[in-house]
Parts: sequence; C-alpha cells; structure tokens
Amino acid sequence: MASLIGFYSLIFGLFSSSVIIFLSILNFRNTNSFDKKILTFTSLQLFFVIVSFLGLIFSFINSDFSNETVYNHSHTTKPIFYKISGTWGNHEGSLLLWLLVLTLFIFVFLIKSKEQSKQYRILTLLFQQVIIIGFFIFLIKTSNPFNYIFPVPKEGLGLNPILQDPALAIHPPILYLGYVGSSIIFSSTLAATSLNYISKKWAAHIKIWVLISWIFLTLGILLGSIWAYYELGWGGFWFWDPVENVSLMPWLALTTLLHCILILEKKLLFTSWVIILSISTFTLSMCGTFLVRSGILNSVHTFANDPERGLYILIFLFCLIFLSLFIFFFLHKSQDNKDYNFFWLSKETSILINNWFMMYFLSVVLIGTMYPIFLEVITTEKISVGPPFYNKLIIPFLIPFLFAMAIGPKLKWIKSNLQDKMNLIILLIISFLLSLLIIKNTNLNFLLNTILVTSGFYLFFITLRDFFIKGFNKLSQNLAHFGFSLFILSILLNNIFSSEIITNLKIGEKFQKDNIEINFEGVKKKSINNYDTIIGKFKIIDFNGSEEVLEPELRIYNQPNIVTSEADIKTDLFTDKFMTMNLVQNEDYFNIRYQVKPFMIWIWLSVLLISLGGLLSLLNRRNEN
Amino acid sequence: MYGRKVKLRFFFIFLILLILSFTVFLILKSLEENVVYFQSPTEVKTLAEIDDKKIRIGGMVKSKSVLIENKEIKFIVTDFKNEINVIYAGIIPNLFAEGKGVVAEGFLKDKSLFFATKILAKHDENYMPPEVKEALKEE
Repeated sequence: MASLIGFYSLIFGLFSSSVIIFLSILNFRNTNSFDKKILTFTSLQLFFVIVSFLGLIFSFINSDFSNETVYNHSHTTKPIFYKISGTWGNHEGSLLLWLLVLTLFIFVFLIKSKEQSKQYRILTLLFQQVIIIGFFIFLIKTSNPFNYIFPVPKEGLGLNPILQDPALAIHPPILYLGYVGSSIIFSSTLAATSLNYISKKWAAHIKIWVLISWIFLTLGILLGSIWAYYELGWGGFWFWDPVENVSLMPWLALTTLLHCILILEKKLLFTSWVIILSISTFTLSMCGTFLVRSGILNSVHTFANDPERGLYILIFLFCLIFLSLFIFFFLHKSQDNKDYNFFWLSKETSILINNWFMMYFLSVVLIGTMYPIFLEVITTEKISVGPPFYNKLIIPFLIPFLFAMAIGPKLKWIKSNLQDKMNLIILLIISFLLSLLIIKNTNLNFLLNTILVTSGFYLFFITLRDFFIKGFNKLSQNLAHFGFSLFILSILLNNIFSSEIITNLKIGEKFQKDNIEINFEGVKKKSINNYDTIIGKFKIIDFNGSEEVLEPELRIYNQPNIVTSEADIKTDLFTDKFMTMNLVQNEDYFNIRYQVKPFMIWIWLSVLLISLGGLLSLLNRRNEN
Repeated sequence: MYGRKVKLRFFFIFLILLILSFTVFLILKSLEENVVYFQSPTEVKTLAEIDDKKIRIGGMVKSKSVLIENKEIKFIVTDFKNEINVIYAGIIPNLFAEGKGVVAEGFLKDKSLFFATKILAKHDENYMPPEVKEALKEE
C-alpha cells in the first residue's frame, strides 16, 4: 500500500513539474508580479516527493517484501534504526533522497529570495526544474524504488553489514545536502548570467547557499572518513580511493568559489571565474554520482552495475554541461569593474593565488581519478593510481599554499604594505625551530618535512594570534583557517609518528616488538540480534609504563552472511590506540593489527572547526541583514 | 615599439603558459612513475623480464593452499591456467578465503613468486574484483 502511494506520488510530482514550468514561462513573459500559484505548485511538488519518500520509509519499517528495493536491502531481524537508514542505503532510495533535497532546496530558495527580481527567481526555478525533471525520469524509468515482486518473499536479503553503522546512516543525507545544494548555486548562476543580473547584491544572496552547501559537504565527507577509519579497519582516514576523490573534487571547487564570491561581493571582480566555478561544482557533484552509480568504480557505494543507469546520467550530464557552456559563452557579458586595478601585494592577489593552487589540487585529483578509467576504455589496460601519486604532487605545493594562507588575510584590498613585519618574522622563526625539534629525531626526508611542518605551524600561530588581536572581527574566517592549520598539522604529525604492529597470533601467545608486548589472552563468543560476535581480549604492555586492554570484535552477520571486523579504539587527547583482528580460514591463527596513531581526534575536531567557521559566517550575515 | 603595458601582458601570458606546461609535465611524469598495473598469473608468465616495479596480481586463492605462520601468510593465486605463490605479511581482509577472488599488490621475485605488500579489501561476499572476473572469463 505504502509503495503504491509512493509510486503515484512520484508521478504526481513529475506532473507538477510541467505545471510549474508552464506557469513560470507565462509569468516570466508578462509584467505581473511573481505569481503565487508557482509557489503553491512548488510546495505541492515538495509534498509529493516527501510522501513518496515516507512511503518508502514505511515499506522499510514494515519490512514489506513485496517491494523489490526493501527485499534487496532489508531483513526482519535488522534493528529499526537500520531499517530506516536502509531507505537511503541503496541506489533507488538514495536517488529519491537526491530528488527530495532538490525539491526542498528550490522551495526554500523561492521563499528566501523575495527581495530579488521576479525574472531572476523564475529563471532559477526553471533551470532547477530541468534538473528535477531529469531526476524524476531517471528514477521512474531506470531505478524505480517501488517495483513490485510477486510472489511476495518471506524474508529480505539484508543490508550490507558494513553499512549498519550510525555514522554511515547519516552520512548520505548530510553529503547530499552539500552535493545538491550546489544545484541551487548552478541554477541561480545560470539565471543570473542569462539576465545579466550578477551584482554585489546577487553575490551576497548566493553566498548563503554556497556556505550552506559547503558546510554540509564538509561534514558529509568528515562522516564518511570517520566511518572508513573505524569500520574498514585499515587504520587510516583517507585512501585516495576514487570514491573519496569524487567527493573531494566538488569540495575543492566549492571552497574556491566561496573565496571568489567574497571578492565579487566586495569588489565586483572575477565574475567569469565565479560562473565557471559554480558550473564546475555542480558538474563535479553530478560526475561523482555518475561514477559511483554506474558501476565504473567498485566500492561500497556501487549498489548495482546497470549500464543503462550510467548511460542515462552521462547523457543528462552532457546536456547540462552543454547548456551551461552555451549560456556562459553567448549570454555572459562581463560585469567586472573595468577601472579597477589592484596592486600585486593585495588581498585580491593572495586570494587569486590560493585559487590557482586549489585548481591545481583539483586537477591532480581529477587526473588521478579519471586517467585509469579512460585508459581502460581506450586500451583495456588495467591500472590503479595510488597514494604516492597524490602525495608527491600535492604535498610540496602545500607549503606555498599554507604561507599564502597565513599572509593573505593580513593584506588589505587594492594595495597593501605588510604591517608589523617584525611579529610575522618572529613567528616564522618560532615555527621553524619547533619543527626542527620535531623532525630532528625522525629518519624522514629532513628538508621537505621541516619546511612542511614549519608552514603548518606558521599558519597555526598566526591564526591563533589573530584570535587575540582581532577578537570577534573576522572570527569566522579566522576560525576556518585556524581549523585548517590544525588539520594539516594533525595529519603531518599523525603521519610522522604513527606506528603499527601486524602479526598472526594463536590464543595465549604473545608478541613483542620494540617497547611493546601484545598478549592474546582469549576470546569470548556472544550472540546478538542479527549477528554472532567473537570478542578478542588483548593486553598491550608498553615498557614505558602503561598497560591497556583492547577488545576488537569479529562479527558474523546472519543475513547476508558476511564477516566484519570491528576495531577497538582507545582514544585520548593525543593518541588513538587502534586494534583489529581477523580469523583466517578458520585456523587457529588470528591476524592482528595494532596501531598507535597520534592526533587522530584532532583531525576530526579540526574539520569540525572548519565547518564551524562556515556556520559562524552564515550566522553573522543573518545579524547584518 | 610596444608599450610597457603590452610587454608586461605578454610577459604575464608567457609566464602562465610556462607554469601550466610545467604543471602538466609534472603530473604526467608522476603518473608514469606511480601507476600500478594489473596482471593475471598467465600474463605474468608471459612477461619478457621482471622489473622491480610494483604491480597487482589477481585471481582465485587456490583451495588448500593457505598456510599461516606467526610472521607471514603464504598462498597460491590461480587463474586456473597458471599459478603464482604469494608471500604476505600484513593485515588480511575479512573476505579473504580459499576459493574466493583476491587482488594482491606487491613485487615479483620471479615468475612464480610474489611478495605482496597489500591485499585489497573487498566489500561483500558476491563481489569479485572486475580484474579477476575478466581474467577468469578469458579462458
């Protein structure tokens, strides 16, 4: 029943799209004010999509296995929380969520943009409807979440156990708010370009949307990363896996856009650049959806390898790119402030330079992700591009990037002389000495690492000092930059000081390396709802005095029958102690990995700080208005 | 002949082009050095020479071939035509088992011995690395 309602709601939602488009075109041509009926139908469309989404959720909660999506991704013994999160833990449901966010955002946009011109609002709505219709058809035609199975199966196939996790339950909705938020930026930029509407006022208004998408995208990536850290048991947080890269690319473009919008808002400069970035952000988001959904990339996100779906998104994507390029080249008239000249040592230059660096990072990630795909299509040769490629190309360029980030905000608009040079130099010397001290005792490449850590510390100290001298003035920017410096420093120190022990042990055996002894004391078995678990008990003795008991788990899920390792992590302020175990081939040996990872928690906290900076900026704007 | 401003602009464009081509060169160079090729046991057998580049091999874990010791694990990867012995010390993914597909990254010692540095994790029991599927299909 719920499935039936859900399906018909989708049809009605698609139908409202055509009504909205018809009304909008009518309203766009005449001289009347904004037609209230458009808003009614937009809210109606949102209502239909919500009903459809709720229909799917109900089918999941009731374990209605006559619905194919539910049958494929749910099971009666699954906890209720994961039944609900299972709704978007599959291809069909997650696309319905895309659609939900698309319609929600355009509705909020219409409400919140009342002070903008009528034509601009309507045109934005039209562009957004094009995207919405594309997704409606995609959903109904190739991935209907409400397909019916007869005879009705007694039991479902279950959700992949590694997706049964709190962080991953909320990861898709948060990430989608970021991804799909960029669709509003895309539509509104196209509308503003066609109408020659780009102005300081427009920049101020669209910046809110940029900030919102940026915050959610940042948090979404963070959640995925935390999940990968404790669930996949590889003991890292970023693997340069193509699936991760496709979320990083829109983030880089969006971050660049955020900085450009600032200049546009203040100085009416770089309009073309802003348009290009808006288009690329959304295109990269779509591209990410295409890559992970088409089955080209193999990962936990690839729910089904259906070439038809991939082809559809690809064609749709090309149409959107073509449309936006057409608008950009033929309708865009530069609004740039022509008489405006800025000196080389100015805030504009520093933002521009950092933009170039961001674009460079973006192209490195883009090439590293796409090249293997193209090569396989063209020559059928199978290759993979791993972390060394990214490390080599990105890390050295972080150094000037960080320095520019430290100095840039100190500069004034147009032309600037560096004030308080003395303090800046003193801080540089302190940072250098500190990193010298840290790197001295390691056997790493001395020069590169020292300079790298120096640049991290430099940004750290400068932003830290700014908290005291600037106070609440520019707090949001300073917080985000401070968070970023903390992020880089944590990653660097984490990389430098991480250590690990990997060994195979039988119950009762011990293993010793350097100062650490691992005692495998025993295992106990338990049976919980939808899985059995084996919990190992390990006593870790550090000869420097500390002692720790870690209890990693091995879960054997009944439906589907999959074994997963649950890491045991002891976190304190400065280090994570991380342990996973695995049973190999049911022999007596357990495969054990013990890692000491310093500053892990600071990596997560710093990303939170960065997004908090964004949030603060958003709230600030509210107060100003 | 040309004004100062024009000269400056030319210089600027030249500089950008220079930086751009340098970047492209850097990326391509790094790509060439860091790319990892995938080979099936049969392809390994037909290699002309063995170099010390990192590669990936894939196939099925031969049944009754897994041998575990304290320090390392040994097993045989087969594509049902040819076999390679693999020696590995490190973390083993949950779904590693005899008779299942596997992808290992590491270095060839000779045509029948492979030192793995990483065994790739897979995500569910039905999943077969596409490379393995391909390698198995070719027979």
